[in-house]
Amino acid sequence: MPGPGQGTPRGVKSNVQNPGKLLARLMGYIFRDYKFHCIAVFILICFSVLANVQGTLFMKNLIDDYITPFLLTDNPDFGPLARAISRVACFYAVGVVSGYLYNRIMVTVSQGTLKHLRDDLFSHMETLPIKYFDTHAHGDIMSVYTNDIDTLRQMISQSIPQIINAAFTIVSVFISMLILSIPLTLVTLVMVCVMLYCTKKSTSLSGKYFMEQQRNLGIVNGYIEEMMKGQKVVKVFCHEEESIEKFSELNEALRDSADKANTYSSFLGPINAQLGNVSYVICAIVGGILALNGVGGFTLGGLASFLTFNKSFSMPINQVSQQFNSIIMAMAGADRIFRLMDEKPETDDGYVTLVDAKEVGGKLTESEARTGRWAWKHTHQADGSVDYKELTGDIVFDGVDFGYTDDKIVLHDIKLYATPGQKIAFVGSTGAGKTTITNLINRFYDIQDGKIRYDGININKIKKADLRRSLGIVLQDTHLFTGTVSENIRFGKLDATDEEVVAAAKLANADGFIRRLPQGYDTMLTGDGANLSQGQRQLLAIARAAIADPPVLILDEATSSIDTRTERIVQEGMDHLMAGRTTFVIAHRLSTVRNSDCIMVLEQGRIIERGTHDQLIEEKGRYYQLYTGNAIGA
Amino acid sequence: MIRTLAKQVKEYRNASIATPLFMLLEVLMETMIPFLMASIIDNGVNTGDIGHIYRVGGLMIVCALIGLAGGMLGGRFGAKASAGLAKNLRASMFEHIQSFSFSNIDKFSPAGLVTRLTTDVTNIQNAYQMILKMAMRAPASIICALVMAFMINARLASIYLVAALILGTALIFLVKHATRYFQQVFPKYDDLNASIEENVSAIRVVKAYVREDHETKKLNRASENIYKLFVKAEHNVIINGPLMQFTVYCCIILISWIGAKMIVASSLSTGELMSLLTYCMNILSSLMMLSMIFVMISMSMASAQRICEVLNEEPELANPEHPVMEVVDGSIRFEHVNFSYHKGSQEHVLTDICLDIHSGETIGIIGGTGSAKTSLVNLISRLYDVSDGAVRVGGTDVRDYDMEVLRNQVAVVLQKNVLFSGSIYENLRWGNKEATEEECQEACRLACADDFIRSFPDGYNTHIEQGGSNVSGGQKQRLCIARALLKNPKILILDDSTSAVDTATDAKIRRAFREDIPNTTKLIIAQRISSVQDADRIIVMEEGRINGFGTHEELLASNEIYREVYESQTNGGGDFDEKAGD
Repeated sequence: MPGPGQGTPRGVKSNVQNPGKLLARLMGYIFRDYKFHCIAVFILICFSVLANVQGTLFMKNLIDDYITPFLLTDNPDFGPLARAISRVACFYAVGVVSGYLYNRIMVTVSQGTLKHLRDDLFSHMETLPIKYFDTHAHGDIMSVYTNDIDTLRQMISQSIPQIINAAFTIVSVFISMLILSIPLTLVTLVMVCVMLYCTKKSTSLSGKYFMEQQRNLGIVNGYIEEMMKGQKVVKVFCHEEESIEKFSELNEALRDSADKANTYSSFLGPINAQLGNVSYVICAIVGGILALNGVGGFTLGGLASFLTFNKSFSMPINQVSQQFNSIIMAMAGADRIFRLMDEKPETDDGYVTLVDAKEVGGKLTESEARTGRWAWKHTHQADGSVDYKELTGDIVFDGVDFGYTDDKIVLHDIKLYATPGQKIAFVGSTGAGKTTITNLINRFYDIQDGKIRYDGININKIKKADLRRSLGIVLQDTHLFTGTVSENIRFGKLDATDEEVVAAAKLANADGFIRRLPQGYDTMLTGDGANLSQGQRQLLAIARAAIADPPVLILDEATSSIDTRTERIVQEGMDHLMAGRTTFVIAHRLSTVRNSDCIMVLEQGRIIERGTHDQLIEEKGRYYQLYTGNAIGA
Repeated sequence: MIRTLAKQVKEYRNASIATPLFMLLEVLMETMIPFLMASIIDNGVNTGDIGHIYRVGGLMIVCALIGLAGGMLGGRFGAKASAGLAKNLRASMFEHIQSFSFSNIDKFSPAGLVTRLTTDVTNIQNAYQMILKMAMRAPASIICALVMAFMINARLASIYLVAALILGTALIFLVKHATRYFQQVFPKYDDLNASIEENVSAIRVVKAYVREDHETKKLNRASENIYKLFVKAEHNVIINGPLMQFTVYCCIILISWIGAKMIVASSLSTGELMSLLTYCMNILSSLMMLSMIFVMISMSMASAQRICEVLNEEPELANPEHPVMEVVDGSIRFEHVNFSYHKGSQEHVLTDICLDIHSGETIGIIGGTGSAKTSLVNLISRLYDVSDGAVRVGGTDVRDYDMEVLRNQVAVVLQKNVLFSGSIYENLRWGNKEATEEECQEACRLACADDFIRSFPDGYNTHIEQGGSNVSGGQKQRLCIARALLKNPKILILDDSTSAVDTATDAKIRRAFREDIPNTTKLIIAQRISSVQDADRIIVMEEGRINGFGTHEELLASNEIYREVYESQTNGGGDFDEKAGD
């Protein structure tokens, strides 16, 4: 059961604290896997920019060195011009080829980085404690995988190469401009400053609305998710109009912020473009005057080249400024991605492991092959000596206190002893803490006080994976995975043969309905087994536990949705399954509870009665009341 | 498909028209500038006429200002139109989904619908804004530049024309190729996200079975696949840029060579050559824009298709032309009903069901897992239509009723029920908007929910989390029953709605039903015999057919399945908290 206080308010997105650091981390991430790719891209962009600049410079030469002299001679020799043109053609070719190559490599880098991010996110998520999932809305977690990674794709594949490209262009064009004419360069620089100022203004305005847009998108997303999941309830209650009404409000708010954000950000383009034109005009006038007066040997050809440079100078600045918003948004996404990655994984200080065991000369040792017997391998930290202790399924709770948060204890002083092969049942009203107790045995949550011992070993010393492997659990809410029926059963034991799968299904009495499915065991299940009934899903969950063949079983309302006739048949299989195993059972039904070795009656987090069915009836306490149905109003 | 989307522009038509017009203004001004530029050089610089330079320069500044106004207004209206279209798309889809019947809903997954309403709409919004701003601007800019180029020198300008044609063809070819890959990759991408979502919600199972590594490996395989497909698709797209560069460079070289010769032959001026080269850049950047638009369109095509799938989905159930607006009483009649979930399927889920239930009766329904109990009751409030036969409520075929009227009188508490985020009061008022606090509390008392609600610190104002995750299963079920009771229905259907409620409370709820709403027809699907045995009559379902229909005593005497179920539950097999064998 989820703990209290879960669910952060949806759509509240944090502001990025340190964008520079975040960017550095992201670049580091890209660099880690694609060092050589990045270097290659860097060099290729260099080539491509240089080739471009060479081409532009050529225009100056074309007019000054060739056309103007041609006009002066009567019979011009086109040979040198032809050679110059072929040289430029070579530059162009290098530019085109390197342009193609770096784009192509960038595809690998950006898509590859996204893949790695996704993989790392997922594998990290799998290590997080249950508490994380209790306290974070699933929609929010999902949005990291979808929205945030998408914004990063934009940034890595478009913004970063564009910025590198622009930076090179700006530097090389700047140098070329300086060579051509220092005064004109100063004029251009002044205009660039004006452009940058406008960019800053516009970006901060639109940035504010972009953030608001993202927040509204989050809210709309959450609302849609909730409504789509409850769509059938909406239909049954004819609640369509109300839900449309509420949606319209949220939708309008989203439209408004999107409208404003896009309006302000779209101003940037024309403003900078026209400022670029103004800069062009001013340069033309100043340059024209300079050229006419022949100041500093400035020529008409020089002016032509300079004007082209002027355009190549303002264009990348314009382009980069357009990327600012997408970078801000990507940083917000990166922030959430890295925050999930920085989330502390489940701690596991356990060093006792579970191994297959065999007996050699009366002593228990480790076995390579499956023997059907297990032992706890206890490596003593002090001297490195190894102890083996047979896994028997002896579980002791000694004065256990537990709360989902430290200030609210929900289980008080739980004491219980389950000796190997015993069946322990928990009964009590909903919310009494039955499921919580079972969640402590497999360490989904850690206890605040007291001790839980498994075969005499404190469970904190057992490696979590091994602890959980020794426990078979059928949960109240069954979850199935997209895949075939047999894949779902095999989830309990990955290397199970087809025969084992069928045997487990038979044990759970699921074989019959599975065979009636369109493709039998190969029927695809989608959407958490949406095409199966609740009862059928529970049967599959039981089969999944059966195939794992664990020494200790925890059944949490495992048969609550199975009709009693079927249950009776399943029960035979379950009894078979439970034989010789320590079993913890939470159930409503008498059949599951009555023959237990010990029944614990829980109320408000305390065990108030314990004993066998007959003892408890004798006591005429709470169990007796529940049993005889006299609990009404109690 | 385009038409379906275009219909959603609605009130933003004017803005949609204004955007390209203003962009056109910007383009015109942009084209003027190089022309004026040439004039400065030829008539100003070459003749030493500083006055001319000032005059034309001033004109250029004016052009730049007009261009600025055009660009900004275009941007403003473009943002308005695209944000508006996005709003309309979301609203239309959402409203349309509300008109879906159950069988329509079954077709789409909730996660899929969420993506369609958010990510896909955002894609379309961006693409639309781009199209409005660029689709007119880019070709216009190309045409203007070409016209000017032709005015300067037709022979040289024809090089551009040829280049533009070649490039255009290549672009179309590339885009088509890339679209194919994108259409493959997007559904796969959805699957990947679906499987991540599955892991998020089933994390307990994964952890209980220590399958973290297994699941991670599974995901790695899937993401590797997607990676490969994306790379393939984008390798096509990225040819665009270099191809464009290549063409433009070819033009520059050709024009330089031919232009130089023409200048020598005095049929071209240096200023004109420079203008031509500038137009070449203009054409280049416009073509770049065009290719970007193509890529965006091809990427958003998949999104458009998915949106249209929702918008064009025909709701399978519709109100009749002259609907009956009143439900007379709570009697139910099934006349030879066959039903299957897929139209035309020969395999019926329900076969030849005939039933006659009187108003005010309490009917228990019992049957094995998968015996179609839920399918049976879903027909009563017309959540699905029968394949053959008819279902009558109050003597009238359910297909003749106004659906809202029918569903307000037939309250269903679904098996997979959902509470919504909001206070308990807000949730309860789903049943009846105008319900007073007293009425809400009364309904909760009937459903045995009052006690536990009052035990919450905030009582009836307690905030329910999304999906009701902060109340227990039994509490949720009782809240759902109370919500249905507030409708004050003529027929109340409980589809296994007390499975998580203990037997004593269950009995108390049933007693309240009997005493407080005697005139409502009650249908109770249950697993426990104790939940149905005091019903007036009990239906025994078996594999989509009615196996028995009668009172507890009759069935016990005559129906084998019922007897078996009864014995399985009473002979030491019932719920621990019910009177065994009673």
